[in-house]
Amino acid sequence: MKTIDIARYSLGSLNGARSRTALMLLAMSIGVASVLVLTSLGEAARRYVSGEFASLGTNLVIVLPGRTETAGGEPSMLIGDTPRALTLGDAQALLRSSLIRHVAPLNIGSAPVSYGGLERDIPIWGSTAELLEIRHWKMGLGRFLPKTEWDRASPVCVLGQKVRKELFGNQPVLGEWVRIGDRRFRVIGILESAGESLGVAVEDMVIVPVASIQRLFNTSSLFRILVEARSREAIPRVIEHITHTIRERHQGEEDITVITQDAVLATFDNILQALTLTVAGIAAISLGVAGILIMNVMLVAVAQRTTEIGLLKALGAPEQQIVNLFLAEAALLSLLGAGLGLVIGQVGNGLIGYFYPDLPMGTPLWAFAAAIGVALGTGLLFSLLPARRAARLDPVQALARR
Amino acid sequence: MITLENIQRIFLVGDQKVHALRDINLHINAGEYLSIMGPSGSGKSTLLNLLGLLDRPDAGRYRLDGQDVTTLSDKQQARLRRERIGFVFQFFHLVPRLTAAQNIELPMMLAGLPVDERQLRVRQALEDMGITDRADHRPDQLSGGQRQRVAIARATVMQPGLLLADEPTGNLDRASGKDVVDILETLQRHGITLIVVTHDPELGERAQRHLHMVDGAIITDTAKP
Repeated sequence: MKTIDIARYSLGSLNGARSRTALMLLAMSIGVASVLVLTSLGEAARRYVSGEFASLGTNLVIVLPGRTETAGGEPSMLIGDTPRALTLGDAQALLRSSLIRHVAPLNIGSAPVSYGGLERDIPIWGSTAELLEIRHWKMGLGRFLPKTEWDRASPVCVLGQKVRKELFGNQPVLGEWVRIGDRRFRVIGILESAGESLGVAVEDMVIVPVASIQRLFNTSSLFRILVEARSREAIPRVIEHITHTIRERHQGEEDITVITQDAVLATFDNILQALTLTVAGIAAISLGVAGILIMNVMLVAVAQRTTEIGLLKALGAPEQQIVNLFLAEAALLSLLGAGLGLVIGQVGNGLIGYFYPDLPMGTPLWAFAAAIGVALGTGLLFSLLPARRAARLDPVQALARR
Repeated sequence: MITLENIQRIFLVGDQKVHALRDINLHINAGEYLSIMGPSGSGKSTLLNLLGLLDRPDAGRYRLDGQDVTTLSDKQQARLRRERIGFVFQFFHLVPRLTAAQNIELPMMLAGLPVDERQLRVRQALEDMGITDRADHRPDQLSGGQRQRVAIARATVMQPGLLLADEPTGNLDRASGKDVVDILETLQRHGITLIVVTHDPELGERAQRHLHMVDGAIITDTAKP
């Protein structure tokens, strides 16, 4: 029997029992649609979290002074083991690698900031022009720190939105001089409000050049160095480069700690992937239920079409051919149901995306493949028994009835 | 063409054994016209099913065209049914959702014949049966006589050597029953072996050879020696 004939014959029998076919299509498509929608939700959660991390800066490597490790030995060995400070020179040395896109030294302190009669203690960040790009911040007004030599202590500053509001109200602010500690700084820009990103209140801070903050707090050391690698793949080599460079500059001591946000991100990624799979698994149960429904309806179909099956046998169809006919019917049903389910699922995803625009909805490709595969698999699996039963029918008995 | 040797067929009804066929010995030549008569339960339908390879004997040997077919696999038997045997039933057994033409095409589709050949043969068969204008009608739009003609066309479209008819006129009025018998006898005159099972003595008498069965045994056989 030709494949096209099998398909046509199966389509004919599906068409011949429309309400039965419609019920099975419904069950199948609900199963497939729920797999799609739930996986998409899981995937959206994963992307949302990834997006949050990306807003901190992409491919970020953070260098901290000192080394945290658990080692045995006398407690006395720890005493006096003060870490060597990171310096501007260390940060500049890192720039020599082609794997590194940006380096921003960072110092943080708190100092009273005043303008006119108003004064308040505010976190002060000292850094360089590169910080803006590494942290993916945007300017609301004016410009960020100028690209100058790092050790030049220009008397300029950039304010967060909240600081501006508290000190200046609605007055013009660019070009005004504020007092930070015992020095005066000219305001050259205002950061755009970005809310809070992982514990840093961007609104409530003042940024000055790193050399200025070092003079302000009378220190030559750095709080940390932010490094942006050129790509995610380059990160391991960047870490190696950093530890190597700093060790050379610190007389062979590896007295820094390097952390990457990627490690944290990867953990979240794994957790959320597992979550997505779990949810998809739960959705797959509905496909299983659809499969059982298909089996049930197929058994009824075999009972209803006893005469037809007997006739096919009398006309010379071997058992295998009858099995094939019924399986083809199930496969067609599953594929049609899966197709319908894909449409319903995508519409559902679209609706969720419309009502919750913050969620980056999107179905991973494997979910499509899995939904169709599972639909086809359950359809065929659960039709095997009815198809076998049909093939084993005794033609004499089948044809004896009207 | 057909040789049956010591055929036995036993059914279990409850815990009782019923001998549907007892020790049947029969030889049928190619091109014969044979009727099998007898009361209900005499085993005539069982014999016909056995001849059509829809049933297997419990003992004995069945040779079709010199080949022992009792031991063949399901697939081989199906092939013989497809190519050598045609069935005509009392209740026609047309597939209700298929048109007359599609019903006739069915055995050729199962056999995997090419489409243009199938269409050619379907057209010819419809013409032979005089129902060309009913080609696109479904069975429920056809009269009993027309349905049986579609069934005969379907049974003969693979050009089998053996045509088995189980009460072919049992569900028809007199006039269309006569038409159907005419068609079957025309086919037989053109060389097909025709075996008819019937209650109707008038139809039975028309055959050249009559078998009379009672209780699973052939009690009279009018074969010329």
